[in-house]
Amino acid sequence: MEALQNKAKELLAASAVKVVIGYGKGTGESRRPIFVRAAERAGDLVVDTACTQNLATYLTKAEVRALGRIAIVAIPSTLRSILQLAAEKQLREENVLALAIVDGGVRELATFDAIEEAVATIPDAIGEADQKMIDKLTAMSVGERRAFWADELGRCVKCYACRSSCPMCYCERCTMDCNRPQWIPVASHAIGNLEYHMVRAMHLAGRCVECGTCGAACPVGIPVHLLTFFAEQTVRRQFGQKGGASAKLDYAMSTFKPDDKETFIR
Amino acid sequence: MADPFEPKMTAFVCNWCTYAGADLTGTSRIKYQSNVRVIRLPCTGRIDFMLVMKAFSRGSDGVIISGCHPNDCHYTSGNYHARRRWMVFRDLLDFMGIDLRRVTFSWVSAAEGAKWAELVNDATNTVRALGPYKEVQQLAAVGIE
Amino acid sequence: MSERYTITETSVGSFLQAMTASGRRVLGPKLVAGRIEIADINTFADVVQNGQSVVSAKGVVFPKVERLLKYRFEGKNIALEDVEPQAQPTVLFGLRPCEARAFHALDVVFNWDSKDKFFNTRMANTTVVGLSCTQADESCFCTSLGSRPDDTQGSDILLSPLKAGGFVAEVLTDKGKALVALAKDTFQPLADDAALVPPATVAPAFDAKALQQELAAMFDSPLWAEQSLRCLGCGACAFVCPTCVCFDIQDEADTKQGQRLRAWDSCGMRIFTLHASGHNPRDKQSQRWRQRVYHKFAYYPERLGTLGCVGCGKCSRACPVDMNLKQHLAQVAEAASQG
Repeated sequence: MEALQNKAKELLAASAVKVVIGYGKGTGESRRPIFVRAAERAGDLVVDTACTQNLATYLTKAEVRALGRIAIVAIPSTLRSILQLAAEKQLREENVLALAIVDGGVRELATFDAIEEAVATIPDAIGEADQKMIDKLTAMSVGERRAFWADELGRCVKCYACRSSCPMCYCERCTMDCNRPQWIPVASHAIGNLEYHMVRAMHLAGRCVECGTCGAACPVGIPVHLLTFFAEQTVRRQFGQKGGASAKLDYAMSTFKPDDKETFIR
Repeated sequence: MADPFEPKMTAFVCNWCTYAGADLTGTSRIKYQSNVRVIRLPCTGRIDFMLVMKAFSRGSDGVIISGCHPNDCHYTSGNYHARRRWMVFRDLLDFMGIDLRRVTFSWVSAAEGAKWAELVNDATNTVRALGPYKEVQQLAAVGIE
Repeated sequence: MSERYTITETSVGSFLQAMTASGRRVLGPKLVAGRIEIADINTFADVVQNGQSVVSAKGVVFPKVERLLKYRFEGKNIALEDVEPQAQPTVLFGLRPCEARAFHALDVVFNWDSKDKFFNTRMANTTVVGLSCTQADESCFCTSLGSRPDDTQGSDILLSPLKAGGFVAEVLTDKGKALVALAKDTFQPLADDAALVPPATVAPAFDAKALQQELAAMFDSPLWAEQSLRCLGCGACAFVCPTCVCFDIQDEADTKQGQRLRAWDSCGMRIFTLHASGHNPRDKQSQRWRQRVYHKFAYYPERLGTLGCVGCGKCSRACPVDMNLKQHLAQVAEAASQG
C-alpha cells in the first residue's frame, strides 16, 4: 500500500499524470473509487482484498479524460479491460499508465505491450462460487432455468447500474435506449428485463473480462455477471478467442473461420 | 369445440438463397404447411439475434432461420458471421430458459425447394406438438401494474 | 387526535391475521435471500424491525411499471380504453418512519396541478403502520432533516417498542382507526409506567434549513464536479429512493394495438434531459449531480413546501460507487461555511 501511495505521490508531484484513479475508504468497511489529483492526497489510496471493483470504466468517461493523463490502480481485470479498450481503439497508450498491484508492490506498466505481458502471466479464473453457480444452472432443465431467471430478473428495475459500471459498455448511444427503431422495450416489465439482459450478454460476448463488477453493482442482487460470464465462456469454448488478452483486436463476433463447427444447422 | 392449435411460425430468410428456394418450392407445386410467415432479409448476416426473441415475444410459437450454405453467401461472408452469432446466441437462449426446440436453423439454397418444404413441415410439426409458447407470450403482461 | 395503546408481540400476530382476513394485502420489510425487501408479511417474525429495505415501498403507490391506457386500431378508428387503477387495499406494516414520511413528498407532486388518479387511488387504499427505529446505520440522516427515528409523520399508526416487550401503538389518523377496529381486543390501554426503548441515535450531519439557504449561492461551485467524478450516471439512487418521482412514458404498440406505460426514470442518466435537437442542458455528470441535490434540498422546499428527501440513506447503500449523500451534504455545508 505504501509503495502505491509513494508512487502516486511521485507521479503527481512530477506532473507525469494529472490524476490517479484508485480505491479509497468508503462508508463502513467498503471501498470507493477515488480520483487523487494533489500529491499530498496520495495517502488516501488504499489497496486490499476489498478492492474488487473494476475501475477501468472511468477510462472512457469524458469528465475523467478531461483531467489529463491518467494513472490507474489496476487489479488483473482492470489490466484486461485496458487491453480490450485499446483493442477497440478507445484508449491512447500515452494517456494511460497502469499501476499494477503485484506481490505487495506496484509495477508501472506504461505500454500496452507491457500490460499484455503481465496479463499473460495471470491465470483466468472466474471465482469458485460463480463457477459453481454457472455449473448448477447448466445442470438444470430449461424450465428450471427459465424460472430461475424470471425470479431473479423480476427484481430488475432497469437502473442500468450494470451497464454503467461495465468498462466495456461505453457506447454513448446504447442501442437499448434507441427508440427509432425500438429494439427492446425500455420499461422494467418481464419482457423488457429479459431482452435487455440478453442483449447485454450478447454484446459482451468475446469482450467481457469477467470482472463481475456488473453483478456487484446491481442494487437488488441479481447475478447478472453470470450471463456475461456464460456468454464469454461460450465464445472461448467455441472459438478459442477471449476478451482482454491483447491490445490487438481479436473479437470473435466480428471474425469467423470458414470451418467453424456447429451441430445444429440443418 | 375449440379449433385445434395451429402454431404461428416466423421464418427469417435470406433473399438470395432461402427466399429463392422457397419460391422454387412454390413453382414446383410442392405443398407445405401454411403456418409460416416468411420475412425476407438481404442476408443472414443481417439477422440481429434480437429478431428471434422479438418473434417469440410478439406471439410466435416457433422460429426458423435460414440462409445460404457456407461458401455460397451472396455477400461472401455474411452467413459465416451469422453462424458465429447463432452459435453463441443459441447457447445463451438455452441458458436463460428459452426452449431451443422451437428454434430451427438451416442452410437452404435457391435450388433446394424440396428441402424448404421438408424443413417447414418438420419445424411446424415439432412446434405443434410442443403447443403454444405460453411461457413467453404470457410474459407480456408480467411486471405491469 | 392520536390515541395511544399498547400491543404485545403475540397480539400483533392476531392483528396481522385480522388484516389479512379483511382482504388486505400486508407488506413490510422482510429478509428474502439475505436482502431486506418490501414483501408479504405473514407473521410478525417476518418483519425486520431495524434496517432499511434496499428498494423503498413507493412501488405500492407508484409502481416501477404502470399501465395508463390501452388502445386498439379498428379500421380508421382508434378505440381508447382508460385504465382504472386496481388497488387492492394494502397495509405497509413495520415501515421505517422515514419511509412513512416520504409519501407526502410523492403526494405534493402527484397532486400539484393535475390530480394523478393512479397515485391517489393507490394511496387511498394504503394504510401505513410505521415502526420506530431503535438502531440506525452510518448512511441514515433523518435528524439532519428535522425528523427523528420515531417520527409520526406519514404513519397512520406508529408502533414503538417497549423495554418490557410489545409496543406502544399510536393511532394517528382515521385510516389507522379503521385498521385498529379490525382487531380491537388486541389493543390495550397504555400504562403510565410504560417505558419505551430509546430511539436510535442519529447524530445530525448538517442542517437542512441552513443548507437550503446556502445552496442559493453555490450553483457554480467546483464542488459538484469533484463529488460527482465517481458517479456512473445510473438510476440506482433514484429508483430505490422513496421520494424520487420522475417517470418516463413509453408507448408500446404494433399495427393492431398498443398500451401507454409509465415507468421510473432518473435525472442522473445522461439522456434524461437530451432534447430531440441533440442539445443536452445537463450533459455533464456534475450538472446532473447538482440537479439532484438542488431538486431535493432547494427546489422542493421552495416550491412544494417540503423536502424531497427523508434521510433514509437507501441511495447511499444502493450506489455501486458509494455516493454517500449524508457525507456529500455535510461536505457541502462545510464548504458553504468556509465561504
